[in-house]
Amino acid sequence: MNTKPVIELRGIVTRFGATVVHDGLDLTVHRGEVVALVGGSGSGKTTLLRHIIGLTRPAAGEVSVFGAPLFSGSAREQRTRRRRFGVLFQHGALFSAMNVAENIGFPLRELRLATDAEIANLVALKLSLVELEPATALLMPAELSGGMVKRVALARALALEPELLLLDEPTAGLDPDRSMAFVELVLSLQRQLGLTVVLVTHDVDTLAALATKIAILSDRRIVSCVSLEETMELDHPFVESFFRRPFGLRAGIRGGGVR
Amino acid sequence: MRSPEIATDPAPAPGARSRVRLQGDWTLRALSYRLQSFRAQLAGRRDDVAWSLTDISRLDSFGAALMWHAWGRRWPASIEIPDDLRAIIGRVAASAESPLPRVRRFNIVDAVIVLGSALLAFRDHVLDFTRLLGQLCLDLAYLMRHPAEWPLREISANVYKAGFKAMPVAALVGFLIGVVMSYLSALQLRAFGADVFIVNILGLGIIRELGPVLVSVLVAGRSGSAMTAQLGVMRVTEEIDALAAMGVSRTLRLILPKVIALTLAMPLLVLWTSSVALLGGMLSAWLQLDLGMAFFIERLPQVVPLANLVIGFAKGAVFGLMIALVACHFGLRVSPNTESLSANTTASVVSSITVVILVDALFAIATRSIGIPR
Repeated sequence: MNTKPVIELRGIVTRFGATVVHDGLDLTVHRGEVVALVGGSGSGKTTLLRHIIGLTRPAAGEVSVFGAPLFSGSAREQRTRRRRFGVLFQHGALFSAMNVAENIGFPLRELRLATDAEIANLVALKLSLVELEPATALLMPAELSGGMVKRVALARALALEPELLLLDEPTAGLDPDRSMAFVELVLSLQRQLGLTVVLVTHDVDTLAALATKIAILSDRRIVSCVSLEETMELDHPFVESFFRRPFGLRAGIRGGGVR
Repeated sequence: MRSPEIATDPAPAPGARSRVRLQGDWTLRALSYRLQSFRAQLAGRRDDVAWSLTDISRLDSFGAALMWHAWGRRWPASIEIPDDLRAIIGRVAASAESPLPRVRRFNIVDAVIVLGSALLAFRDHVLDFTRLLGQLCLDLAYLMRHPAEWPLREISANVYKAGFKAMPVAALVGFLIGVVMSYLSALQLRAFGADVFIVNILGLGIIRELGPVLVSVLVAGRSGSAMTAQLGVMRVTEEIDALAAMGVSRTLRLILPKVIALTLAMPLLVLWTSSVALLGGMLSAWLQLDLGMAFFIERLPQVVPLANLVIGFAKGAVFGLMIALVACHFGLRVSPNTESLSANTTASVVSSITVVILVDALFAIATRSIGIPR
């Protein structure tokens, strides 16, 4: 079971009108890995993530999650498969008509399995897991700061005990302090719960701290999917501009430190 | 994935506890198929048996919460459990100890607070509305001095959107109402042998009263809601702030064009709808009462004084002004969440229709001696 990849993308082709975004793209993610998808703006990182979630379907190629094609099997099987991953959307996507506790409890309530007391207990647990005070439970999403929105959204993504966590720009819009704190939070949860994580990011610090593998999306395919240290050795124009420019300096230092 | 099981070993000696062994994956996904039976088997015998959790291969917080609540939120008297599982259940137990704050019950003090805040909210509405009106007057004064800055393009776009594009639906509704009114009146009038008075009834009723009100209700539902929603979404997506940051006045560029456009377009729509409604009534009268169209058209100006047309026009303009003002007022009050958007759009349509009917009543009183033949 451990040898079976959690996510397997084969020959993905995506077109928007006449523009080809992905052309025969392959990517494999194994259990317990933290894979960061990086690439220039408009290279189709978020689109790829949406393929994995099943919000969009590629024009050609196959998306397999947990060893089976995403859209295979009965409606029930597909639903069960979807419940095995949690998604953190870029802007949180909290339901603005519900308060924090209702937002986090919503997936559990939809399952109609847990009792009210269990749900309240689990919501309190998830809140403490993402290091939020119990008092935040009654706030509405509009009353939260950007960092808190991300934390609540993460708690909601964890509500169904997922094995796979998909993060779209987890640290975008957070100041460096908060984004480091959020990264550490994700990292500790990943270790605690043994999650597989796929994240899309622009932030070199985030991926340096978090990722075990870096998948570079360039020229409409994944050009490499290896660890940070090995990525730094690569001779590719994107690596050059993304990691070795002054902005990437800190990551370079950190990457060197690990080695 | 190993499916979860509960195995029971019989008691080794009489009087001793029997042993209950939990096995397999105690995770949300694995448990979901037989949850009710597990919950029943766990509950009610916390201290009666010896629990053994050493065979559990995976435990997530859902499974832990299930056990903890089935046990009545206490550790059983006899339990054999590895340290890592104890830690997982311990975390669930700890968070059960610090429960979430509850929403307080509604009591009499809250009722007073609700009433008070409703009054304060009404005051806010009045103040905001006055402020908006004042700002629009200032903008108009500014435009008088700087005629080059009139937002003509926006005005014309709004006339097209709120006026021209509303013509088909207004015509359809007007025509049908005309037919219905004429048909129902004709039945009554024929009984009295007063067939010719259908011209008076339709002429006065539609031109003076029904045309303007009908169009207002249509436009409030169609364009008023659209204006509120548009301004609301622009607030949510910070487009209004972006305009302000560029030094573009939001009232001048967004609100004034809407208000002017609707004030201009509404009288024309009223004219259009009233004529189509009269056409419908005329057709129906011809078919029902055998009243010739030429006769209808000839008689109309004799029995309906011109003042009625002016009143209809004036009503149209004032109603259009009110609808646009109310719609913009509520659009600017939208706060960035979906609930507020829907609440304000609803409030906008309901308020503008109410305001239109109130103003219509004022009109009726103010013009009671104008244009009614005696």
